[in-house]
Amino acid sequence: MNAEATSVEVIRQHLIDPEICIRCNTCEETCPVDAITHDSRNYVVDAAKCNGCNACISPCPTGSIDNWRQVARVRAYTLDEQFAWDALPAQEDLGSGAAPEIPQDIARITAEASAGQGGAVAAPWSAAHPYVNLHTLASPALATVSGNFALTAPGASSDIRHIVIDFGATAFPVLEGQTIGIVPPGTDALGRPHHVRLYSIASPREGERPGYNNVALTVKRVTADHAGNAVAGVASNYLCDLAKGDTVEVVGPFGTSFLMPNHPGSSLLMICTGTGSAPMRAMTERRRRRIAQREGGELMLFFGARAAEELPYFGPLQKLPQDFIDINFAFSRVPGEPRRYVQDLIRRRGDDVARLLRDEHCYIYICGLKGMEEGVAEAFADVCRQRDLDWAALLPDLRAKGRYHLETY
Amino acid sequence: MSTINYSEMIPNNVDLAGDRTLQRALEQWQPNYLKWWADMGPDGAQDFDVYLRTAVSVEPGGWAHFDHVKMPDYRWGIFLAPSEAERKIHFGEHLGEPAWQDIPGEHRANLRRIIVTQGDTEPASVEQQRHLGLTCPSQYDLRNLFQVNVEEGRHLWAMVYLLHRYFGRDGREEAEELLQRRSGDTDNPRILGAFNEKTPDWLAFFMFTYFTDRDGKFQLCALAESSFDPLARTTKFMLTEEAHHMFVGESGVARVLQRTCDVMKRLETDDPARVRGEGAIDLPTIQRYLNFHFSVTVDLFGADQSSNAATFYNAGLKGRFEEGKRGDDHRLLDAQYGILEAVDGRLVQRDVPMLNALNEVLRDDYIKDSVSGIGRWNKVMEKAGVPFRLVVPHKAFNRKIGTLANTRVSPDGRVVDAAEWAAHEREWLATPEDRAFVASLMGRVVEPGRFANWIAPPPMGINKQPIDFQYVRFN
Repeated sequence: MNAEATSVEVIRQHLIDPEICIRCNTCEETCPVDAITHDSRNYVVDAAKCNGCNACISPCPTGSIDNWRQVARVRAYTLDEQFAWDALPAQEDLGSGAAPEIPQDIARITAEASAGQGGAVAAPWSAAHPYVNLHTLASPALATVSGNFALTAPGASSDIRHIVIDFGATAFPVLEGQTIGIVPPGTDALGRPHHVRLYSIASPREGERPGYNNVALTVKRVTADHAGNAVAGVASNYLCDLAKGDTVEVVGPFGTSFLMPNHPGSSLLMICTGTGSAPMRAMTERRRRRIAQREGGELMLFFGARAAEELPYFGPLQKLPQDFIDINFAFSRVPGEPRRYVQDLIRRRGDDVARLLRDEHCYIYICGLKGMEEGVAEAFADVCRQRDLDWAALLPDLRAKGRYHLETY
Repeated sequence: MSTINYSEMIPNNVDLAGDRTLQRALEQWQPNYLKWWADMGPDGAQDFDVYLRTAVSVEPGGWAHFDHVKMPDYRWGIFLAPSEAERKIHFGEHLGEPAWQDIPGEHRANLRRIIVTQGDTEPASVEQQRHLGLTCPSQYDLRNLFQVNVEEGRHLWAMVYLLHRYFGRDGREEAEELLQRRSGDTDNPRILGAFNEKTPDWLAFFMFTYFTDRDGKFQLCALAESSFDPLARTTKFMLTEEAHHMFVGESGVARVLQRTCDVMKRLETDDPARVRGEGAIDLPTIQRYLNFHFSVTVDLFGADQSSNAATFYNAGLKGRFEEGKRGDDHRLLDAQYGILEAVDGRLVQRDVPMLNALNEVLRDDYIKDSVSGIGRWNKVMEKAGVPFRLVVPHKAFNRKIGTLANTRVSPDGRVVDAAEWAAHEREWLATPEDRAFVASLMGRVVEPGRFANWIAPPPMGINKQPIDFQYVRFN
């Protein structure tokens, strides 16, 4: 980066609201990089040290910790300035020269989705460099729907769709594991514009169809909320109802961490449920298209769904050669069979899982419903316990090396 | 109970699934705990679905899982903060030696006493607060009360874990007794005085969580320095939850002040009677509540000179607040510290060996921390343009424990005689009439987003939920 660029670089500075903070010291105790300090008046964050890992956010009892201001890096609020505050300053107008910030909504969704991995995780060292936030909410990219296919049988209890959108002449470079944002048109019941929704791309970087400027999404039509009440999901119904030729406003791409390794010999351990399969499909497809290169490395997949009929990409997955990918399906609602979850299969395949956990070249990806986090973590812990590995000690190491990636919703 | 799935029912990082002895002890104790919770936990609320935060691991990401759960189904976990490799004892006569992973025989009795005393306060406060749900000022506050309650319950679990794991039969008996004593019971009271007081109304609750839970914070901070590593790690994790309790207190009182200031400005008055007439709590009453809770809590630190405190420190059982950040020799054999005495009708400071005055050292650190929060309360008045300021009473005021127990001292630090005390006591400490007035305001408000007349809404909801979120579902 040249000197001029540095001088206008804009950062998202983490700040603590002195009017709400109770000075309990929890954040300072939690911060893994000692970026938080205090005097007799205020708790403050050192912009030079804070890496935005968000480890301090959930332990804070007050919510005062979750404040951010866009500032030029060279003009970041100093510790002395922060010590003197009685209230947070307003966001300053940075003028037109400032780079667009990752929108608050996106940053929040992303932070929540990756909360279960316990803080920021680096990308694999051999990941390709991602482009992010090229198309903002203020000026989204326009894409055209080139296909919308049902992945589930007509009678299945859920409707999951494979939707392909094409960016035409607009640049929208993506990597497997990245997400894009869709803003449903119109307004909600209170007349406000809808919030942006994030979807993982299900296609590899060179396009759903190689050489085309398109991406695929895996979208489940939402018909009930988490509690089971009937609710029509605004964005998912909008997407599932799109017809070929319709146009969609897209923002992004987003995501700089949940990315696949590219070096020969690298392996992928993938665990997903339902539409959490989207990034796994993208990565698997990337590897499949490069089979002829004979780069080595293994693919191991644990994939959970209620039944085979509801498992997106069930047919195509079964056609993949067994020596290319080791697939483990877990079905939790097959009549007459015990409920089986991904964590059960992880335990059953403990020897291979442990071998991959030990392998410095294996990268782990978990994507699906929030509820799977704990079960998977416990299964890993059990697998480790029985094989002389200490999961609690291993996890920080996996994170530090960019080997453990989790996205749940 | 032998079919308990331990990692599921009792989230833990102490390998409960692999420790049969501990499992057996907990299998005995857990049903009694649940029975205690049913008898003495929040009154009439066992069936509510409450939006609670559950810790499922000590990682920052495992810290705050929010969901609606019934309190008896709350997953009371057992967590130790991550261990520091090769942690060394950093004060007392064992300075520089490796921290203990087990208890040296000669310190068993003292450590047991420390753990039992700490553990006893946890169920005690649940008992003190068990009726408050019936008079909650909002769903938001009701949820905060229940969160405090389940976390006190978890803190009891944490102490019981130590008793079961490290103290054999004695520990199991102590763990049972923690469920037998009752706050305020004349025959079998809780160990510490302040935990036998009533918490009759929500102003008292907010004051309690601000002042008395802050005593908890300082005791836990001192224990987090302990040479007995499992105790240090347990208390360190408890501190993260204790912070929530102080948040409830600090923000609760601030919201009461806000509401009172709003009323005073609207009526353009500082007449307590008119403020009361509007159904808000007048500022002098809040000051008298503050004086009571501050002085009662300050007593919790114990006698100003204590050979026990010296023994605990010297043996490495209990350090000072932020021991690791202090610049002295961490042995204190030659250090002095000033304590207060009444001589000839005046308070004078006298230097004594610091080792004997460690209760006083912790008390003074506590006072410093308390005072800064009261400064933040005063900002509410400052912003509203109300000239009244809350004042922290002198630490010798209304003391019942230590050298000053038999000395009458005014809130501004003057030694006064019995006549003067009697003449002013009703200005200094909350009176039965004050309490009756506050009690008269305590009606139950439970519609989402509505707040009782005597308290302002909070600036933000819990876990970024809106203020009118349904924090409690009544079934």
